[in-house]
Amino acid sequence: MSADERQSVRPEALGHAARGLAYEEPLLFERSRPGRVGYSLPALDVPAVAPEDELPAALLRADCEGLPELSEVDVVRHFTRISTWNYAVDLGLYPLGSCTMKYNPKLNEAVASLAGFARTHPLQPVALSQGLLHLFHHLEKHLAEISGMDRVSLQPAAGAQGELAGVMMIRAYHEQRGERRSKILVPDSAHGTNPASAGLNGYEIISVPSGADGLLHPEAVAAVMGPDVAALMLTNPSTLGLFEEHIVRIAEIVHAGGGLVYGDGANLNALLGVARPGDLGIDVMHFNLHKTFSTPHGGGGPGAGPVGVKNLLAPYLPVPVVRKLSGSEGDGFALDYEFPHSIGRLHGNFGNVGMLVRAFAYIRTLGPDGLRRCAEMAVLNANYLLARLRGAYHVPFDRPVMHECVLSDAKLEATGITTLDVAKRLIDHGYHPPTVYFPLIVHGALMIEPTESESLEGLDHFVDAMLAIVREAEIDPETVRSAPHSTRLSRLDETRAARKPILRWQPGSFDS
Amino acid sequence: MRYIPHTQDDIRQMLRAIGVPSVESLFASIPEKLRLGRSLALPKAGSEQEVLAELAALAVCNAHTESHDWFLGAGTYAHFVPSAVDALASRAEFYTSYTPYQPEISQGTLQTIFEWQTMICALTGLEVSNASMYDGASATAEAALMAMRLTRRHKIVAAGLHPHYRDVLRTYSAGPQGVVAEAPREASGRTASLAPLLDRETACVVLQQPSFLGVVEEVQAAAEAAHAVGALLVVVVTEALSLALLRGPGELGADIVCGEAQSLGVPMSFGGPHLGFLATRSSFVRQMPGRVVGQTLDVRGRRGFVLTLSTREQHIRRERATSNICTNQGLMLLRATIYLALLGRRGLRELARMNLAKAAYLRARVRATPGLRLPISAPGFNEVVVGVTGSAEHALKRALDDRIVGGLDLAPYASELGPALLVCTTELASRSAIDRLVTALGEAAR
Repeated sequence: MSADERQSVRPEALGHAARGLAYEEPLLFERSRPGRVGYSLPALDVPAVAPEDELPAALLRADCEGLPELSEVDVVRHFTRISTWNYAVDLGLYPLGSCTMKYNPKLNEAVASLAGFARTHPLQPVALSQGLLHLFHHLEKHLAEISGMDRVSLQPAAGAQGELAGVMMIRAYHEQRGERRSKILVPDSAHGTNPASAGLNGYEIISVPSGADGLLHPEAVAAVMGPDVAALMLTNPSTLGLFEEHIVRIAEIVHAGGGLVYGDGANLNALLGVARPGDLGIDVMHFNLHKTFSTPHGGGGPGAGPVGVKNLLAPYLPVPVVRKLSGSEGDGFALDYEFPHSIGRLHGNFGNVGMLVRAFAYIRTLGPDGLRRCAEMAVLNANYLLARLRGAYHVPFDRPVMHECVLSDAKLEATGITTLDVAKRLIDHGYHPPTVYFPLIVHGALMIEPTESESLEGLDHFVDAMLAIVREAEIDPETVRSAPHSTRLSRLDETRAARKPILRWQPGSFDS
Repeated sequence: MRYIPHTQDDIRQMLRAIGVPSVESLFASIPEKLRLGRSLALPKAGSEQEVLAELAALAVCNAHTESHDWFLGAGTYAHFVPSAVDALASRAEFYTSYTPYQPEISQGTLQTIFEWQTMICALTGLEVSNASMYDGASATAEAALMAMRLTRRHKIVAAGLHPHYRDVLRTYSAGPQGVVAEAPREASGRTASLAPLLDRETACVVLQQPSFLGVVEEVQAAAEAAHAVGALLVVVVTEALSLALLRGPGELGADIVCGEAQSLGVPMSFGGPHLGFLATRSSFVRQMPGRVVGQTLDVRGRRGFVLTLSTREQHIRRERATSNICTNQGLMLLRATIYLALLGRRGLRELARMNLAKAAYLRARVRATPGLRLPISAPGFNEVVVGVTGSAEHALKRALDDRIVGGLDLAPYASELGPALLVCTTELASRSAIDRLVTALGEAAR
């Protein structure tokens, strides 16, 4: 009996992976059979027209060649089968660091699908959209209270678009003051979206090194701060899971030099109800509703990335702005467009409204105590994992952490086992791997964020798996190096994919 | 709290293992004076039953396609969504997973994206599609930025573009110093000749097809005009269903085709989350923004899919990335892929013909109704500009009296057409509803 099989029959192995039926399933196009249909349309109740009588012949297509022909049963089986090839939060711990893969409540899905939300149109009369505008207004207020910011715009469709909005507002602020500042400071531990968002605004990026303790130090910021610096972009807690203890002094230095401080809200989950970015010297930040506020990650999106600002940036917020009517205007809410200094519109409509509805339901469900409980239990879980794994894995910056901890593969060096191998072997043990090789400042990083959703026994099983891999690395490194063994596919060749890209199916392309 | 599993015993045991006396002490790295020191001023927690009731009470304050007959389009379209789309997209394996960073346990998502890319190539007549963008407006802005990088030019000429898309294009292109000019319209509603607006500074023409006013534009002529000065043609499609009847713009010379695929099985949801798409020629793939999935082999030689060409992206290239985009609209892409699989080669065309026939019927009814006009003569797909007598606002109010959301008042967008509405007829618009709309608009004219 192999180690894998022993694992799967142990009665206490709750949470571990076991082999089950794994179906093969071709592409939609390979399943297609001429003449099959998966739809039914109502009978046409108006006179039929021929496209060639209505539209210029040169613009007409003869056929939708390339789309498949399938029955509804075919389509349902196809997507049900391939869905089983995915790992998911509803299957177990999904410890991707800085992604906050917490539980996505079913209630949120139910409310977002109510016809009065899901079947509404962004251009319908404002008077017939008051329920949604009420929700927007209150969600803005709630996010402002949670973050300590003065104003919030819900429009950005994802964290990166929130960053883009934030950097645009920073640029507009300086331009309004007649200043031309060309640089933005970004710590070396930052997410890639930070420099990319600044770069998209034409800024030069100055990387600020983290200290030996993993923290950002005032001296390092002072050394690069100058009259040409528009802002510092910083994530707190940092991507190392550490609270930036010198944040207030750092913000003072940037402000004294005429710059602004951008806060990346990716790790806000650690601070809910405990501390607020707005009280720490942050001038502008984004929220990731799909991280902190439980909206589903959807296989890669949609996200939602509202942006919060202090009053000094309020004139630059994206339009439209939701306004509560007052006095002679009566009750209700209006949409305002006339803000001469606004950076403009970022989204075709109001942002990812379905996600806003879910986040609102989440905040209403948790209330102030529940939100604080999230931060507390998320931090407890991360520190517990760190305590249990510290002996077996190298901890590059060994300090108390917030919501996530970063380990590395340094202790495994003698076995030849790398972070990638650990990640792939974790799959055999029934887990999605942590974020790997990030932050970039840690060689072979394993960045683990358990979130508050995980129970003690769930964490213990994960620890068992992590410790088992260390033992396996010593006694049977080949099994680790060639993992995963329990999945349909293993170690896909990414170099091959990039060298000769095949980005769509064509008849016969499978044979090539 | 039902989402958090910790018992008091669990917490005690975990604190012991960590070696700290209390949960509070875990936050020691946050200086005391920086802590909030009070409860957040938020409404107290609601039970599941209470929160559902509270949200349902808000939902009923909004008009929706079940409370009213619906003729409002203009970039967001009320189409029927087959039940199988909701059922399959509700599978937690899809919606509670994330970006497919680990291909061994993400093949469901990866294969779906590859299928999407394939179908978008088929519909646009191009060779490469990405794994989706936030929405049609940002996809358009990203396409223009891409054209600016490819041509190293700064001028963008927009034609027939949705006004919100044009606004987003302006917002996005301000950083890289893009300049957006707008092409005028002919009396027919079509874009006038582009050549006088184009020069050696022009990075791209951004042509919407059908245009914001619902007019089918001459893509080939726009391609020739753009290419004559070394510029690219970006074709923007906001009503993806039109692609079932219209030739893929790539076949007509478009270099980038992008837009909004909300029509394909994605709820309108007050404007988001929707589904931006972007396709281009293979020679431009290294400048394409967003994620892309490619086919490869695994260690045992079996076919599989991975995220690829990631050296374009922010997590590798940082400030030199082709875009700052990180997430895509994965769940909406899944819905649209399921939708296209169900409708398929025949159904999509049949549905598009139904939309076309409804619009033709509306035009015929308008023509026969005193007080109503058709100010635009150029052909269209499923949107019709209806001229009214008096104010459009008044006409829309009259329609609302009959529980009809009658369309978009064009006064802020195309006042030169006189009082007019942009009216959309999808398969949801029954003949009797069209009749009632025309009657209401006609009565408002009296």
